[in-house]
Amino acid sequence: MNASTLTLSGGPVPASPTPPAAAATHPSVARAANPAPVAATAPDVKQKEQAAALARAQRRRTLARWLAPLLGFLGLLLVWQLVSHTGDKQLPGPVVVWASAVELFADPFYVKGPNDQGIGWNILSSLQRVGLGFGLAALVGIPLGFMIGRFNFLNQMLDPIISLLRPVSPLAWLPIGLMVFKAANPAAIWTIFICSIWPMVINTAVGVRQVPQDYLNVARVLNLSEWTVMRKILFPAVLPYMLTGVRLAVGTAWLVIVAAEMLTGGQGIGFWLWDEWNNLNVAHILIAIFVIGAVGLALEWLLISIARRFDYS
Amino acid sequence: MSNPSRFLRIEDVGMSFPTKKGDFVALRNVHLDVARGEFIALIGHSGCGKSTLLNLVAGLTTPTSGVLLLEDRELRGPGPDRAVVFQNHSLLPWMTCLENVLLAVERVFGATEKKAQLKERALAALNLVGLSHAKDKRPGEISGGMKQRVGIARALAMEPKMLLMDEPFGALDALTRAKLQDELMRIVAATGSTVMMVTHDVDEAVLLSDRIVMLTNGPAATIGEVHKVPLPPVREAFRPRLEMAHNADYLASREAVLEFLYHKQAHVEKEAA
Repeated sequence: MNASTLTLSGGPVPASPTPPAAAATHPSVARAANPAPVAATAPDVKQKEQAAALARAQRRRTLARWLAPLLGFLGLLLVWQLVSHTGDKQLPGPVVVWASAVELFADPFYVKGPNDQGIGWNILSSLQRVGLGFGLAALVGIPLGFMIGRFNFLNQMLDPIISLLRPVSPLAWLPIGLMVFKAANPAAIWTIFICSIWPMVINTAVGVRQVPQDYLNVARVLNLSEWTVMRKILFPAVLPYMLTGVRLAVGTAWLVIVAAEMLTGGQGIGFWLWDEWNNLNVAHILIAIFVIGAVGLALEWLLISIARRFDYS
Repeated sequence: MSNPSRFLRIEDVGMSFPTKKGDFVALRNVHLDVARGEFIALIGHSGCGKSTLLNLVAGLTTPTSGVLLLEDRELRGPGPDRAVVFQNHSLLPWMTCLENVLLAVERVFGATEKKAQLKERALAALNLVGLSHAKDKRPGEISGGMKQRVGIARALAMEPKMLLMDEPFGALDALTRAKLQDELMRIVAATGSTVMMVTHDVDEAVLLSDRIVMLTNGPAATIGEVHKVPLPPVREAFRPRLEMAHNADYLASREAVLEFLYHKQAHVEKEAA
């Protein structure tokens, strides 16, 4: 039940594809490749040849799996190096950036006043904002999605509103947040809340509507109470859809927080990136880009591995 | 006391579904009385409304006309007194076999019995279908035939007044189907259940049932004929299929049903298109 693209009524909700499951190297294959100490009879030789062929195929696969991404990264470094040597040489090359990163990550948790703190603190405060905004969105969005999926009246009531508000850039909500909360931090959390609530509402609602009629017939034949239906049938059936929504929401939240922090300032990886631009420290900007990518990837992996545990199909 | 031969009464029942081109009449003027402990087979060509009739008895749909009575009480909506075995087993994939059965047991007996007793009931039901060993497996880990047996165990564990089966073995291979039919005979003999089973398999209908209710072709289907199988009821005497293969009564019943399906109601293929 890997719901990758789901729609409520409007456009598709993009879902990044799940990376292929890592094919573990089977230990018995590796062992079979070792030459047997017994005297080689004809069938023995044949078996050994087969084992060797298997081992070769295995090696080729492993090589391809590691070599291809490695080549990709090497290519990126090469292009980067070349670009850094052209034009007015404003872009620092990989070596410079690496040295700068080593220096930066040597002390990630220093504090020298409110606007000068280690990159570790900045990442953590961004994650905290995302966690808060996203957590509140989950608290509101998932139950709301359940109700929209379960009660058609509510769906017809809210569907036009959701369709209207969903395409709005989350940053458009930032001034409203600033106006209401009169502080940058809650406004940023509010923006995260708004942007991460839609995927959760929509996917949960779609999930509820996709619950096979068979399961609901079981519930009807047994005359189960609405609460039992919720706990024993709807929730487990909707869980994979819900987790897809959660994954999309976290992805969006992480995209948005960087932009929001650039506008609100204070502390956070987005603010830090903007601050380094004001300092004209391009090496640090490049580091920030890599860090944002890595954290986003880590969040995605975390949620995919959670989602996999609840896949029953 | 209610008349024992009128355990379930279906009185002038009609069912129509609203469509864009006006009402679609699926069933009309259905009359049927079922006795306690009787095994009824519903047979007919595809689209004749036999599943619709079963769903009406299950209470999953309400008739647009007429009335259904179980023990002189009108049937309003589904309830655990009429357990349904669905064609596609309908087990919940996130629960083990035992938990699936327990869900039904808890609903029916949860208010009056302790946890241990409930579990006992569920285990007994799994034992009845020969699946004690698979109690901790999830539906995804067992074969289609085993899933269907868990579905039957879930239905039986509720100790329903009626067992309703909607083509329960339709999706299984012939050998598994035969095995489960034998098992069902044994279960009916052990429990004395009143069964209504939808099937499209003539042999299954004759082998298992006491009466075969044959429906005319839809739309606006109704009961065409009711054939009484002149064999001792399954709950009293097991019907070994090898003996049945040259039993005159069995063969005559088989012929009667085939005659109805392929002679009297033969034009279905043209109309279905």
